[in-house]
Amino acid sequence: MTESENRDYNEFIKGIWRDNPVFVQVLGMCPMLAVTNSAINAIAMGGATLFVLVGSSFLVAAFKKWIPKQVRISCFIIIIATFVTIADYTLLALVPVVHKELGAFIPLIVANCMILGRQEAFASKNTVRLAVMDALGMSTGFVIALFTLGAVREILGAGSLFGIDLFGAAWEPWVIMILPPGGFLTLGLILLVFNWMTQRKQMFMEKVAEAQRSDS
Amino acid sequence: MKQRDPELLLQHAPFLRQGMTTPTAMGDVLIALTPATLAGLWYFGISAVLVIGASIAGAVLTEIAFIGTERRGESLLDGSGLLTGLLLGLTLPPGLPMWMAFLGGVIALGLGKVIWGGLGNNLFNPALVGRAFLLATFPIAMTTWTTPDEAFWTFRATNFDIPFTYTEVDGITAATPLGLMKFEQQVMPLSNLFMGSTSGSLGETSGLLLILGGIYLYIRRDLDWRVPVSILLTVLVFSATLGLFDSERFPTPLFSVFSGGLLLGAIYMATDPVTSPTTPTGTWIFGIGIGLLVVLIRVFGGMPEGVMYAILLMNAATPLIDRFTQPRVFGHMRGDND
Amino acid sequence: MTEIITSDKPAADQDPHPARLIVTLALAGLISGVAIVGIFEATFTTIAENKARELRAAVFKVLPGVSQMQKLAYLDGQVVPLPPDASPEKTIYAGYGEGGKFIGYAIPGEGPGFQDTIKLLYGYKPADRKVVGMEILESRETPGLGDKIYKDAVFVGNFADLPIDPVIEVVKKGRRDSDNQVDAITGATISSRAVVRIINETNVIWLDKLPATGSEPVMPAGSDEVAHD
Repeated sequence: MTESENRDYNEFIKGIWRDNPVFVQVLGMCPMLAVTNSAINAIAMGGATLFVLVGSSFLVAAFKKWIPKQVRISCFIIIIATFVTIADYTLLALVPVVHKELGAFIPLIVANCMILGRQEAFASKNTVRLAVMDALGMSTGFVIALFTLGAVREILGAGSLFGIDLFGAAWEPWVIMILPPGGFLTLGLILLVFNWMTQRKQMFMEKVAEAQRSDS
Repeated sequence: MKQRDPELLLQHAPFLRQGMTTPTAMGDVLIALTPATLAGLWYFGISAVLVIGASIAGAVLTEIAFIGTERRGESLLDGSGLLTGLLLGLTLPPGLPMWMAFLGGVIALGLGKVIWGGLGNNLFNPALVGRAFLLATFPIAMTTWTTPDEAFWTFRATNFDIPFTYTEVDGITAATPLGLMKFEQQVMPLSNLFMGSTSGSLGETSGLLLILGGIYLYIRRDLDWRVPVSILLTVLVFSATLGLFDSERFPTPLFSVFSGGLLLGAIYMATDPVTSPTTPTGTWIFGIGIGLLVVLIRVFGGMPEGVMYAILLMNAATPLIDRFTQPRVFGHMRGDND
Repeated sequence: MTEIITSDKPAADQDPHPARLIVTLALAGLISGVAIVGIFEATFTTIAENKARELRAAVFKVLPGVSQMQKLAYLDGQVVPLPPDASPEKTIYAGYGEGGKFIGYAIPGEGPGFQDTIKLLYGYKPADRKVVGMEILESRETPGLGDKIYKDAVFVGNFADLPIDPVIEVVKKGRRDSDNQVDAITGATISSRAVVRIINETNVIWLDKLPATGSEPVMPAGSDEVAHD
């Protein structure tokens, strides 16, 4: 692997685990809590966000030299809003049922701070290639987080996954899981597990380091 | 640097100690709840044992599982988990599947107490957290009330539903007095409410026994009398005021006090020392707030009963109330902050 | 202009001329506008078709036996086929069977539910004075409880053959003793009542405006469009 490929890989992979936009940065909470009541909604939302983020990062990185810093935020927002509108109309035309479920949350992608954050913190300072890798990694991390939440909530709240019945008619759905409180509960518990795992890993690494020190 | 059992015990004043500790206080509450629990058993038979047993098991097992080897393990012996389980059990309908009651106990302890850092740190009453979760999660099972007049050994089939399933009951359900009032404009005779022979959750049926337990707690000084008194007075006065406008539509003051979970909530849940204010003024505000909310939710809200949400909402306001009602330190001027 | 100024000092700590900022923003806005108009034009037909198809499906569902429909509006004191240039607030749909035979009206109604506004469409046969079908178009009722107003086939079935006189009533499940009554959903009394109340209220608005039986608007031959949206 050459050095530049290695760099690409690093920018991509960091968004999935180490800097995951949801589990680590705790960004994009509005769509995270609002539209994850089923796996399919979560995937659609994640897909729309991926499209917007990758598109915006590409354009911002490509035009960064021509955007004066005084109006950069306005320019980013114009670019993001354009992609959001395109995503909105495309979803409405192709999958009207999903669009109806997601409702106002598609236009609200424009206010997702993860997207503006990536433009300001990364795309406007890096090459097109790295910006796109970063955007791909971040939005994949976002999709994974949305899907995890959506799947847990749909399985418990409706006894199904992607609309396919998992447990038969006798299953008593946990109604709270598809209501807003269920989003908060599930997200809180997932963050708990995530932090616990990170902590365990850190403690393990420290132990290994100590053992190596005492060996030498 | 945890140091336990120090050889030299250093203490500051006061050196005179009262015998009251967490375990004795919890024990007193358990004793005070015994008559009402027995009444639940009397009216609902074996189902009461199953539901309350399952919720206690859920609460206590969760406490054991989470608290583990930490120093906080001591709180297992103080009976607070047992009490949480019992209080939760008393707010559940008799026909609830045992697995739901068990899950409620797990949530009450896990989300209501352990996650906040154990007894004394929780913002909300754990038993009510468990009940709120169950009500939002299984709305049908939690509002299906069976009649109390079956023989003691009649098993309610839904108690034995396999975990994660529920069979809906048709026909043999009976609305609670508050449900009847709200949806069918029928008023239950007061004597039934007082003695407890109405449908409802396990512990909210007999007003008489709940009040007796409250008096016992007051005599044992485990309970701040201001809380139940302010809640009940507010409900009485507010209901009477509403009654002046339209006595047909609004329930009578006494009906309001004796129906539903008001007595159970006012005497045993709102008085939880952890989640209620510490200052006398604050306690009055807290009680009046609960009373107002109960009547508002019952009369103008979509649900027939509102005691649980009223208490949880005022629990959330407790830190704020405490902050605004701190007494002036002796020797300081009014408005003198430090 | 810009170049003269920037040549004096290092570019980094120098403000660009305001004109440059305006031009950049204007350009960005222009490109964005073109892109949005493009996507709107590209998807417009599909979106309109989807909407029309959804509406047709709903109308055909609440009026069994219907194969053609047209939009009606209340104009100048009578219910007439919607003229192309008018855009009244409230419209209803007339459904026709094979050969253009009039069957009934599909009437949209809306009102407050337990959580949010419920929008529904119901089929009404003036000849029998009966509701013959009901479809919820939009609602945010509690999943598992209130959403049974469209998920529970038994509840929806209540509206398949329901006389509207004197008014439709809601009764507790199992207590039905008259044709104009609807069984409420256990645990979702408020949502059930909301649906019935919406239908009753919409009836009050429309029923005395509808033309007498036998003189309903005629389906224009050859057209089968939900025209002029």
